[in-house]
Parts: sequence; C-alpha cells; structure tokens
Amino acid sequence: MKGKNKNDLHELKLMAVKIRKHIIEMLYRAKSGHPGGSLSAVDALVALYFSHMNHNPKNPCDPNRDRFILSKGHAAPALYAVLAECGYFNVKELNKLRTANCMLQGHPVCTYVPGVEASTGSLGHGLSFANGVALAGKLDKKNYKVYTMLGDGETGEGQIWEAAAVVAHYKLDNLTAMIDRNFLQIDGYTEDVLKLESVRDRWGSFGWNVIEIDGHDIKQILDALKEADAYKRKPTVIVLNTTKGKGVSFMENNVDFHGVPPNEMERNLAIKELNLEQKKLEASL
Amino acid sequence: MSKKVMVNPRNAYGEALIELGKKHKNLVVLDADLSKSTKTIMFAKKYPERFFEMGIAEANMITTAAGLASCGKIPFVSTFAVFATGRVYDQIRMDLAYSQANVKIFATHGGISVGKDGVSHQMIEDIALMRVLPNMTVFAPSDATQTGKIVHLMAEKEGPMYARVGRADAPLIYNKKNLNDIKIGKGMTVKDGSDITLIATGTMVEPALEARKTLKKDGISARVIDMHTLKPLDEKLILKCAKETNAIITAEEHSIIGGLGAAVAEIIAEKNIDIKFHRMGIKDIFCESGNPADLLEKYQLNEKHMVKFAKKLV
Repeated sequence: MKGKNKNDLHELKLMAVKIRKHIIEMLYRAKSGHPGGSLSAVDALVALYFSHMNHNPKNPCDPNRDRFILSKGHAAPALYAVLAECGYFNVKELNKLRTANCMLQGHPVCTYVPGVEASTGSLGHGLSFANGVALAGKLDKKNYKVYTMLGDGETGEGQIWEAAAVVAHYKLDNLTAMIDRNFLQIDGYTEDVLKLESVRDRWGSFGWNVIEIDGHDIKQILDALKEADAYKRKPTVIVLNTTKGKGVSFMENNVDFHGVPPNEMERNLAIKELNLEQKKLEASL
Repeated sequence: MSKKVMVNPRNAYGEALIELGKKHKNLVVLDADLSKSTKTIMFAKKYPERFFEMGIAEANMITTAAGLASCGKIPFVSTFAVFATGRVYDQIRMDLAYSQANVKIFATHGGISVGKDGVSHQMIEDIALMRVLPNMTVFAPSDATQTGKIVHLMAEKEGPMYARVGRADAPLIYNKKNLNDIKIGKGMTVKDGSDITLIATGTMVEPALEARKTLKKDGISARVIDMHTLKPLDEKLILKCAKETNAIITAEEHSIIGGLGAAVAEIIAEKNIDIKFHRMGIKDIFCESGNPADLLEKYQLNEKHMVKFAKKLV
C-alpha cells in the first residue's frame, strides 16, 4: 500500500470518515460491539494502513511486511473496516459482523481473517505478540516494522508491563506501541478506575522513547510514526490523545457507548453527522 | 536383578534441543529464569542468538512465542509445569491453541515428585488444563530416551503442543531402537498380559513395570501400556485392552480429575464397556512438602499400591 495516497492528508481524512460510517453500520446491524473505542482508534489505523505501513493485501503473508497487532481487540470493527477498504476482503463481509458462519468474529482471529496478525480480545496480549515478531525480525535481519495499539485502560494488565520491560531490555527499536489514550474504560474515567498517570513517566522509566500527540490529527500521527521508525536502540510508544466515540457528537466522551451499539435513531443521527463531515471535507478540496 | 540406569529426562530434552537446533535453523528457545533447571541452558550455550531469556514473566513469554511462530520460527518454551500452564492459561488458550500457533511448551517439574518445594511447585492439574483445549497435543514421556524422541516429534509436526516431565532422574526403560516406531497418539504396549491392563503415563510407567513383575509372582498377568500421548488419546488401544483383559488401572502423577484416568473413563463409559476400573492419581486434594518417595507412598502412587489395587480388582 506504500506510495498510494501517500501524504495525501485530504484523502486520508475522507477515508477516516468512511471507516467511521462503516463502524456505525456494522455495529447497528450486529446489534452489539464497541463503538467508543473503535471510533477513537480510526485515525491512527487509517494513517498506518493507507499511508505509513509497507503491506500488500494481495499477499497478506509476505514475510517482509510491516505488521500491525490490535491489542485492544474490541476495536475489531475499526480494524475490519480498514482491512476491507484496503482490499484484504470484500467490503460486503462487514455487514455480517458477529453473525454465525462469518469470519468476522466479535474480536479479531488470525486464522479466520486475512490481514489479522493475532487473535486478540483478551486484553494485554498484543505487546507480547509484537515482541515476538520484533525479536524474529532482528534475528532474521529483516527491515520490517511492528506496530501495536493498546487501549489506555488495557495497560492495567500486568502482562503489558512484562512485555514493556522485555521489549526495552532487547532494545527493539523495530517496534512501536500506540496507546489510545481516550481516558475512558467501562467503569468510567481511567484515573478513577485505576490511575494511569503519568503515562509518559511510566513508559519512560521502563526505557521507552515516548511521543505524545493529538491522536486524531493524521499529520501528527504520520510524523510521529516516522520519528518512531527512525529512533534507534529504544522502542517507541506513541501516546495518542484521543476522544472516545470520536466523530459522533453524542458518543464522544460518553462511556455508555463503550460496549453498546447504536439503535436505529442513533445510527441515523450518527450517519447524518458523518455525511455532513464528509461533505465539509469534500467542499474544502 | 540388574541395577537400573538412571537418566534425567530434562537432560534428554536439552540434548534433543541441540540436535534439533542444528537441523532446524528456525528453532528458537525461550525460558523464564529457569534455564539451568529446565536444561534449555544447553541450547543457550550452543546457539546463544536463538535463545531468548524472558525473565520471570511467563505470560509475556508464551505470547512472545506466538509472535515468533507467526514469523516461521519453531519456539520451544520452558519453565516448571505449574508456571507453564496454570499461570499462563489465557495466553495458551488464545495465542497458542485458538490461534493454532506452532509453539511447543516443554514443562519440567510436573507432578508431586518435585518433592520438598511443596504445592506451589507441584503441578497436578496441567494435563487436564491442556487436554481441554482444542488443537492441543499433550505428552507425558516416561523416560529420558522417550523424552528425546518426543521432543523430536514435537519439532517436526506443526501445531501447539505441551509436554511435561518430572524433576527427578528416571530409570531408563527404552533404548533408541525400542522407539523406532513411536508415533504421536499411539500408546505403546510395553509388556503384554491377559488379566489386567495397567495404563500408565509419564513417571508412572516404570512403577507399572515393577508392579507387573510382582503380580506375575502371584499368578496375575498384567499388561503395561505406556500412554505417552494424552491427547489425541489412543482410543483404539484402550478398547482393545478392555476387550482382552478383565480390568484396567490407570496411573498418573496428576489429579484423577481431567487427566489420563478421566480420559480413559470417558471412553469406556461412552462405549458401554463393563469392566473393572480404578484410577491411580491425586484424589482431588493438594499434597505437601516431603521426600518424593514418602509423598508417592502417602498418596498411594507407587508400585506397592499398584499391586494392591490390581489384586483387589482381579
């Protein structure tokens, strides 16, 4: 995919709106799933898959591909929509999310879906998986990069910190973690549920290079990814400051939409808002 | 009586890893600060670039192995059985079994013969935990020779696998020639007999062979099966034994729930076989610290008790 639409920010922003529309439609049809954390993850996924990463939907098992591991597996709708729009599988599949006999399970499964690298959904695994991919890359002297996205609440899992220590110990500068820092988890505000601050200091003290950006500004995301790739002898973590439910006014910062799908009225409203955003973007061209 | 040759199965594992490391350039080994005990240190010395010390962080180790496998590596992961299964169950379930990752867990210090370290280090539930997972293959080799063979079988077949051995030196039962035909999922009839079948796994195979000798003196003919593979289980062989002998005893250094005994019971119950049956194993309790021999006596897991149970059944 590298080269296609490269640096074409406008195209990427339009794609982000398209992905958000897919997410709303998918969850509405499935009548279950996680809108909030899917919507907050969209811009980083679009930046990775439609501009930054070296990958080929026609050859998902290319040993030299860059890898992305969605550790916060409940954002599966965002990943599925992005993979479908990239061409890993037919966009029509998205309509079947979470239904029997469909490859699109509630959480990603690597043995079912082309382009899905790891089976996630049980939180805390993705960074360890990325660790293994990065160790293999170093051992084989390959140039591929490994990216993973963690939820902020997810970093409560002990396994994340086991992995954070090991990745830094092995100086895996071919690995970049992203934290979707939307400050909300199921039971509420992250700092009330289980204090995470200072996120920057925690990761820094584990030996990571820390970059903090606006996680909805695609230009900032792309710049941060380039910086991370170039950083040597330390892994990088990009703290994406995001808004849960981003792009749909009544879902934004509303924890009730963590794991509750939109009803018909909410779906109509959301699509209307996203269509307006799309028109605005098209008009600004 | 000839003196028994004692060899530690853990050393056989270390040696097999070195042989396999030479043959398979993609074979990598991970350990969690126990490489001296699990003997992965032998591989680490020979192939340092392919050995990954993961520190005392087992959950990360299991998922890391899945990541390595996704890049075509054949990871062997080792630690004590208790930390290699119960502690990391979710990681094994999602990243190895469900994902069908080509990761091999080789666990040492299985069972109660770990001895003095006590319950925190005595794993008696691992076979049950691994057996219940779809896609998993589960082994408990009975001596050092068989351990080496099984490690080779694990490396050469794709898929997630689990093997456990004990801590102690074990009497040699086989030479390499005896094991030319060893196959995953095929139990071995070590000694034939017609009155009762002793189906044993892992460390209990040798006591079963000893029990057979004692029973013979008393006119009881016992068949001994070495069930090195717990999953897939050799149903055909179990049914054959049920037909040809009048009683079955299963023996394992493991809970009677979920392990070999339970698996055999499932088969004979479903096939409506009317046969005398007894499970030797840990009876739904935690054990304690002690000399291995004292513990095996207290929890009725030795030759003496096997003879007693056999006589009761026949």
